[in-house]
Amino acid sequence: MNSRAFMAVLRRDLLLAMRRKSEVLTAVFFFVVVAALFPLGIGPELKTLRLVAPGVLWVGALLSSMLALQRLFEADYRDGTLEQMALSPASLPLLISGKLLAHWLVSGVPLVLLAPVLGLQFDLPADALLTLTVALLLGTPILSLVGGIGAALTLGVRGGGVLLSLLVLPLFVPVLVFGAGAVEAQTSGLGAQAHFSILMAMLLPAAFFSPFACAAALRIALE
Amino acid sequence: MKNINWFHYAAPQTFYGLAGKTWPWFAGLATALMLAGMWLGFAVAPTDFQQGEGYRIIFVHVPASWMSMVIYLAMAFWSVLGLTFNTRLSGMMTRALAPTGALFAFLSLWTGALWGKPMWGAWWVWDARLTSELILFFLYLGYIALTSAIDDTRRGDRAGALIAIVGAINVPIIYFSVKWWNTLHQGASVSLTKGSSMAEVMLWSMLLMALAFWAYTIALVLYRVRTLILQRESHAAWVHELKEVTS
Repeated sequence: MNSRAFMAVLRRDLLLAMRRKSEVLTAVFFFVVVAALFPLGIGPELKTLRLVAPGVLWVGALLSSMLALQRLFEADYRDGTLEQMALSPASLPLLISGKLLAHWLVSGVPLVLLAPVLGLQFDLPADALLTLTVALLLGTPILSLVGGIGAALTLGVRGGGVLLSLLVLPLFVPVLVFGAGAVEAQTSGLGAQAHFSILMAMLLPAAFFSPFACAAALRIALE
Repeated sequence: MKNINWFHYAAPQTFYGLAGKTWPWFAGLATALMLAGMWLGFAVAPTDFQQGEGYRIIFVHVPASWMSMVIYLAMAFWSVLGLTFNTRLSGMMTRALAPTGALFAFLSLWTGALWGKPMWGAWWVWDARLTSELILFFLYLGYIALTSAIDDTRRGDRAGALIAIVGAINVPIIYFSVKWWNTLHQGASVSLTKGSSMAEVMLWSMLLMALAFWAYTIALVLYRVRTLILQRESHAAWVHELKEVTS
């Protein structure tokens, strides 16, 4: 029954996202716009742009995921769906992991797919583009997983959006360091293997523990 | 050990009395230790042959950094207690610790900047330990912001407890980051395995200052928790019978 409940939540959230495309697209275009603003601010010097590209794209991804995170539980909290989930016989952490996976598929995967295209604007070489994409592929799920805890804690709280950023962005720092560091290591000839391993070492515990922490946070919010 | 009823003092009413009796002692202890540490550090300790007189900020900088980490761990400890035993006092202790922790994190960054300018020639460098101390400061601010944004005290306590535990994962990373990244910041001067690389009098002065900061923190937290108890229990009969409330 649990796996069916998981699939049902996943399908429902994906369907909802498909029906409300504008919400998803806003966060994605935010990413594109932020990435396009940096060269305008820094100047068109290709050498500089190549240098800052990984950091800029990663910070853009962090900020865009902040936008998307605010909506992770908000609608379900307001219309009472979350309460029903908490009451249902299926385990709440499992249902939450379905929601988190759907959230990553909708808000994280587009960033991963867009990053190489945006990287071209920054004149990144092919191997750096590949590293960037793999690093984002490993890193963006962590953003959804850890951010989900913050989103659950700030549900229905005054000034929730800004508060969420203050809570969650400091926790994203290791992902940013190793995610952007991977590209730098690749271009400097060290190879990004170690960075990928560390990202993976952060992803796996996050994937295991985060649904439980999210469920605990939601129960606090629903009391 | 078995016969002590640990939960006796978990009740805000009994803890209020205990805290009231003990905090002046810790305050006195903090003053005495700080005077002794300052005297050793600024009058007795010799001038460093590399860094001159400027190194003396270490007597504030290092204990403040230690305290900022210890307080976060203490917050995580009270949070775990609060979530498992559902004691009201735990949430109040966590809240009482947070401002002092934020203060020490800020003090550590500030004195670090003052020390960095003459030694490294820069107010701020993006070194691993500085950065993680800054992140710790942000974690404190996040905790304070979250708990003060939630009006329901019970929900605020529990939400704060969860974020404190999640953030506590960061504290060990801070301490070990200097080994992982190994950048500009000098290695730890005091280590358990190798002994100390400092002159003995400097070490004593630093330890005295660290103990003084501990006593200061305990005194302040006990004082602050008394205020929190009074605020939250203002509906209870025992509060209205207190001498300091009736007068």
